[in-house]
Amino acid sequence: MIFGLTGSALVALGLYGLVTQPALLRKILAFNLLGGGVFLLFGVMARRGAVVDPVPQALVITGLVVAFAATALALVLVLRLFQITGAATIAEDEAPP
Amino acid sequence: MSLVLDLCLALAVIGVAVWTLAVRGNFPAVIGFVAYGLLLALVWVRLGAVDVALTEAALGAGATGVILLFAVVRLRGGKAEIDAATPSGPQRIAAGLLCAVVGIGLAAAVVTLPEPAPSLAAEAARHLPALGVANPITGVLMAYRGLDTLLEAVVLVFAVLAIWTMAPDRRWGGVPGPVFPVQSSGPLSLLARVLPPIGIVVGIYVAWVGADAPGGKFQGGTILAAMGILAWVAGLWRLPPTSARGLRWAVVAGPLAFIGVGLLGFVIADGFLAYPPSLAKPLILLIEGAMTLSVAAALILMVAGPPEGGGRRAP
Repeated sequence: MIFGLTGSALVALGLYGLVTQPALLRKILAFNLLGGGVFLLFGVMARRGAVVDPVPQALVITGLVVAFAATALALVLVLRLFQITGAATIAEDEAPP
Repeated sequence: MSLVLDLCLALAVIGVAVWTLAVRGNFPAVIGFVAYGLLLALVWVRLGAVDVALTEAALGAGATGVILLFAVVRLRGGKAEIDAATPSGPQRIAAGLLCAVVGIGLAAAVVTLPEPAPSLAAEAARHLPALGVANPITGVLMAYRGLDTLLEAVVLVFAVLAIWTMAPDRRWGGVPGPVFPVQSSGPLSLLARVLPPIGIVVGIYVAWVGADAPGGKFQGGTILAAMGILAWVAGLWRLPPTSARGLRWAVVAGPLAFIGVGLLGFVIADGFLAYPPSLAKPLILLIEGAMTLSVAAALILMVAGPPEGGGRRAP
């Protein structure tokens, strides 16, 4: 129950960071916070039965690996954008380089 | 007592998450994120999910932390730009309210979950003896939800390919990532010389023991990758160029073995990814072994990033 509420709070925090943080790096961090909350909610569901349910846990492991791959790709994209344009955000009113 | 512990842990996780979002500098934010990952791993232990805790600590905190730090070092400046793009107070309050609604909605859903909880635990345990594995999570990953795991293995290959394509044309086929100078003294040099022999044994053990106890190819592969990265950062091991044939085979070996065994299922069992009971254990071991190698190779390449040195000659 406690960790279910923790997961909910983490999802809300991560979502808030994703929306309000302008820097792309910080958006990726916030997105990973959000992901951690979603995984935690999933783990809490797995814990509710009399025996621990292995299916959600296995899916969370799969999810963690995919989340890492996505984060690595996102960071490389951000770095490439920075190398080419010098931009650290995707603000619309920015003057074209 | 355990309730107090859980409560402290929950508050610590939320506190670190808030700090990660609120702190000004990028570097402390990444450190906060690594702490968040480690605390989350403790939460997973409290939830009885040791397999997930291992993966979270190794990948969520460790490997993600490393690539984030690499990115922080290279992303410099942009403060004025970031300040200009920061949303105004009212916008932030509106976003905060909407996110609070999402969080409260989720919390309400958690509080009012139906009793008794639906569970596949008994179902998952019933067929484990036929598979020859005792760890139900490995059973789910390799047999019941084998297709998900296969797709995930392919995701890793595509992620490596996508990262390589971010290199400038002239660097295609070059050596991935920066080249580090050889460390001849200091703590990094000592660690990089002493840890890998132990770490490689531990990594293979964790991958092997995954059949019967917490562990498996992802956790073991991550430990192997960490040893490779340590030796690489200390300058003791040069990464092969991305055009090297052996490197490319290492990345695709796991998915290929997985697909091969899957297709074999049509011949010797009753469909794609079906194992005949007598051969289930050796086939699962074959896939797990090849996947451990591929996970380790893919993780090292993802941490290293796109090719930055060498590459084909300019046309």
